[in-house]
Amino acid sequence: MNQNPTPQTGHGTGDYVTVNIGPSHPAMHGTLRVIALTDGESLIKAEPEIGYLHRGVEKLGESLSYHQFIPITDRLNYCSAIPNNVSYEMAVEKLMGLEVPEKAQLIRVIMMELARIADHQVCVGILGVDLGAFTPFFYLIIQREEIYEIFEWFNGARLTNTFGRIGGVDADLPDDFEDRWNELKPNVRKANEETEKLLTHNRIWMDRTIGVSAFSAEDALNWGFTGPCLRACGVKRDLRKDEPYCMYDKFDFEVPVGKNGDVFDRYIVRMIEMEQSIKIIDQAYKLYKEMPADAPLMARVPKVIKPPAGEVYSALESPNGELGFFVKSDGSANPYRIRIRPPCYMIYQAFPELVKGELIADLVACLSSLNVIAGELDR
Amino acid sequence: MDLKNRVEQCLGPENLVVAMAECQGDLSVEVPKRSILDVMRLLRDTPGLGFNFLSDVFGVDNLDLNKPKKRPKKKTEEGEGAEEAEETAEKESLPPRFEVIYLLLCLERNERLQVKVRVAEDDMEVDSLYSIWKASDWPEREAFDMYGIRFKGHPNLKRLLMWDDFPAYPLRKDYPLEGQGEERHLIYDD
Repeated sequence: MNQNPTPQTGHGTGDYVTVNIGPSHPAMHGTLRVIALTDGESLIKAEPEIGYLHRGVEKLGESLSYHQFIPITDRLNYCSAIPNNVSYEMAVEKLMGLEVPEKAQLIRVIMMELARIADHQVCVGILGVDLGAFTPFFYLIIQREEIYEIFEWFNGARLTNTFGRIGGVDADLPDDFEDRWNELKPNVRKANEETEKLLTHNRIWMDRTIGVSAFSAEDALNWGFTGPCLRACGVKRDLRKDEPYCMYDKFDFEVPVGKNGDVFDRYIVRMIEMEQSIKIIDQAYKLYKEMPADAPLMARVPKVIKPPAGEVYSALESPNGELGFFVKSDGSANPYRIRIRPPCYMIYQAFPELVKGELIADLVACLSSLNVIAGELDR
Repeated sequence: MDLKNRVEQCLGPENLVVAMAECQGDLSVEVPKRSILDVMRLLRDTPGLGFNFLSDVFGVDNLDLNKPKKRPKKKTEEGEGAEEAEETAEKESLPPRFEVIYLLLCLERNERLQVKVRVAEDDMEVDSLYSIWKASDWPEREAFDMYGIRFKGHPNLKRLLMWDDFPAYPLRKDYPLEGQGEERHLIYDD
């Protein structure tokens, strides 16, 4: 960072102050660090510095077997571990040419959509907290806890789920899933309604979010945006619709798009997506119930996985956007190279562009609305 | 017409295709390193291809794949000189050590393409794609950070995930998993 900036025109006093925010700061999610050059309250430049949570996941993967890497993928986006697991499993399945049984695919869909709801609840809740609206956070986080109860009762872990295996899933949905889901569903809807009532038409909320860090669709595509942040810019792109996987083409749901790509649009897109996820879970569970009880959950997978030499890329729509895994195999029991394409990595690199000319307080709002998770950013 | 033919038709006349491969439906095309910018512009602007979205950029180290198969050592009377000469001859014929892989996506038709360039150890410079897609900003920095591949024309090519003074390139295959005894924390000078 330049300590003695050259004078820049267009700003009030010309007294610039460099403000260091993070890596350990309550307004920064995880271990993010932003070095901001400010003129009074407004930002002239904000440069993110990442790598504080770098654990060398890609290097680590090269010394593990294919199955041993699944728990590591939990630690990428720890707010919704299940899409990470499934994305990696799908990449290895593609490399091996495995066909996953339909029942396992439906269980994956149900769990992934639950994880999507949980992830969006955290994002919207924390966005409210960062802007001074504390109450919606409680409404949402209580329901997220209930979703985590379902995960816990599925396989014993709340956050680091290690869901599924290569070739399918290890366990069927427990018998009382329907009861649990029917109990949870109205509560999630109610929490969302309360949140919308408190926030959407709230004057303070609108002032703090509408028009803040607006981004055009061309810029967003040029910077590699995916997921809710891209849809908020008005681009209708969702891998669940565009490149269907896991039977997503059989479900009827809508892809919400925004217009201005500002914080408000990102918030609205996430709120609508939660409702759509509930719809998907209902449809998936209905299909699931039509399956015979003894339908297979696993494809035929050898005990030691040795995919043929080759390299594939497979991506799915995680709550944050396109989460892809590139897996290269040399025919041995360890992957030769694993590359993770985290969605918020591409989004966060445009951060200086997003907050240029905004106020410091809006930097915090912008950061929360992007839902940058340090775990998948730094890997 | 399938994607393979279309790509070949677009890049073939300019002699820009080194090799093409397909793995489980993923098409990858290897192109000469010096013309990567031309290739990307062609792939983006040619009607019928229109790869207008850069999904990812990353490096791969092929050191272990390039290693010659281990043969039982013959104990001949020729001595070590001949063996060494044989080894150097093998080294020269090896393919370049590193690869840079670009993942492209066509938003209109949802087609994906991997573009690959090979980077030799003695010439670690590739043209940066920053002038075409800003999305290549951090991925290129990371490839520099992890493999030491330099991207010509990148506006801010410095380490991304490791700290600035880190002495090695950690994702290279000859870097040990447990590290080489580097300091695990930053040392601040007073």
